[in-house]
Amino acid sequence: MEEYTFLREMADSYGLLALFVFFIGVVIWVFRPGSTKTYEDSADIPFRHDDKPADEEDGK
Amino acid sequence: MSNYIKLVALGLVTLFAMIAANYARDPAYMVHAILIMVIAGVMFLYTLRTVGEPQLASGPNEHEYFDDVVRYGVIATAFWGVVGFLVGVVIAFQLAFPVLNFEWTQGIGNFGRLRPLHTSAVIFAFGGNALLATSFYVVQRTSAVRLWGGNLAWFVFWGYQLFIVLAATGYLLGGTQSKEYAEPEWYVDLWLTVVWVSYLAVFLGTIIKRKEPHIYVANWFYLAFIVTVAMLHVVNNLTIPVSIWGSKSVIVWGGVRDAMTQWWYGHNAVGFFLTAGFLGMMYYFIPKRAERPVYSYKLSIIHFWSLIFLYIWAGPHHLHYTALPDWASTLGMVFSVVLWMPSWGGMINGLMTLSGAWDKLRTDPVIRMMVISVGFYGMSTFEGPMMSIRAVNSLSHYTDWTIGHVHSGALGWNGMITFGALYFLVPVLWKRERLYSLQMVSWHFWLATIGIVLYAASMWVTGIMEGLMWREVDANGFLVNSFADTVAAKFPMYVVRGFGGVLYLAGAIIMCYNLWMTVRKAPAKEASLTVAVPAE
Repeated sequence: MEEYTFLREMADSYGLLALFVFFIGVVIWVFRPGSTKTYEDSADIPFRHDDKPADEEDGK
Repeated sequence: MSNYIKLVALGLVTLFAMIAANYARDPAYMVHAILIMVIAGVMFLYTLRTVGEPQLASGPNEHEYFDDVVRYGVIATAFWGVVGFLVGVVIAFQLAFPVLNFEWTQGIGNFGRLRPLHTSAVIFAFGGNALLATSFYVVQRTSAVRLWGGNLAWFVFWGYQLFIVLAATGYLLGGTQSKEYAEPEWYVDLWLTVVWVSYLAVFLGTIIKRKEPHIYVANWFYLAFIVTVAMLHVVNNLTIPVSIWGSKSVIVWGGVRDAMTQWWYGHNAVGFFLTAGFLGMMYYFIPKRAERPVYSYKLSIIHFWSLIFLYIWAGPHHLHYTALPDWASTLGMVFSVVLWMPSWGGMINGLMTLSGAWDKLRTDPVIRMMVISVGFYGMSTFEGPMMSIRAVNSLSHYTDWTIGHVHSGALGWNGMITFGALYFLVPVLWKRERLYSLQMVSWHFWLATIGIVLYAASMWVTGIMEGLMWREVDANGFLVNSFADTVAAKFPMYVVRGFGGVLYLAGAIIMCYNLWMTVRKAPAKEASLTVAVPAE
């Protein structure tokens, strides 16, 4: 099979499927149980280390 | 030891640039060779004079953020912004009044030479420096570590400025490969590749050594921007130079593949340079200025993945009714329409971050600027999918409507969010209590907003008029209008557009004055810039 046809076949079969499954997986992952609490903490990141980097012992 | 290697390298570069200037086949190449010869020569002499001197600093202080490069980036953003807007105003009036293409500037200062100078100055010099500066600022704060790579960040900054100067002077002297937004010739492209890979290394290195367990969403957007732009840049610039002593090169792609590669590049320059990167700014600076976390962090993650999964396919909508196969342009059209969803998801996320703090819109003109930028983002990401539909595109393509659309996105979304970020950053970086004048920010806000409205509205009118005039046929099937008829009919709208540009430029100049005075006159915060930080 020539290169173009192969890529073309890939793109609208397995390639499409793989990307779509990955995307659905991301959406499910985002709404996993307990994610709300985790993301509340993540959303707070910009408000923590304004003036200087975290200390070694801090670990956070 | 490293100084000797540096001397050898700089000496060789200087020598090569001298030879190149001698053999140069075209003016752009010769000017660039001389420029590089001077820069490398001066660096050689400087390094030579400092050889053998004891090293002062004992390495970077890991207990401080690396903000010097961010400060330089902020200054460069403001500077290139004004330059780019000024060139834009000049070419807008050149279109309205062709007499402004003066005879004595032919070949350098006519519209054809200045137009790519304008687009690259605003996108890559103004926008690019804004992205460099803010990404370096944001990645340090959200990773809670100093930038990785020490002086590599300086190389990225100055290397990028050299790229801008090479690109800009090249356009004026005719060194262009005639690909929109990818005009620089092969050696400038190679240089940008080196700079960009260093940029990726600094950014990724900082993320890898982060102290925050989670990578904040703004960094995801910045990283997508850096990685994708690297890929786009390399693939769209696979050229073979005709001679190493000249700027001309030939692309390896032929015909419609070249066109498709170019618009795959072109649209993703919009999608990843002007959208993903600036969304990174939105996800950091709007929460910071509103002093509340982003509305929905879950939505921000879905926003990220859907945006990058969809944008990369939208390019073919630039090639409706061309030699491109129909399936490809239909694919581009469908993905462009679907792209509306993540775009508006992101817009809602940005706007709703203000819920419960809407009163700030009344009291803080900086947040007003950020909000209107998200508003313009929503507007142009609605207009874009609509224009990508084949039937609409048959009317809008090749007309001024496209230019209006680009400017409502670029002036409204990119410009305004950058101004907002600059107003946020300058007092923080120079340790000032506040901005010099909020009233001036208000002036800037209204001048810029009215400028954009004049620009976009006049381009809608002239674009649709032009499209309708082009397709008008009489009872016998003959075209009614000649091309010159449409040009004559567009004159009043061109004047309005130029005036809109003047207002936008005036706002930016007010901003520069305000930021300058903030550094000079605004009350300092208790800790000064030079405060000593304990070593341990």
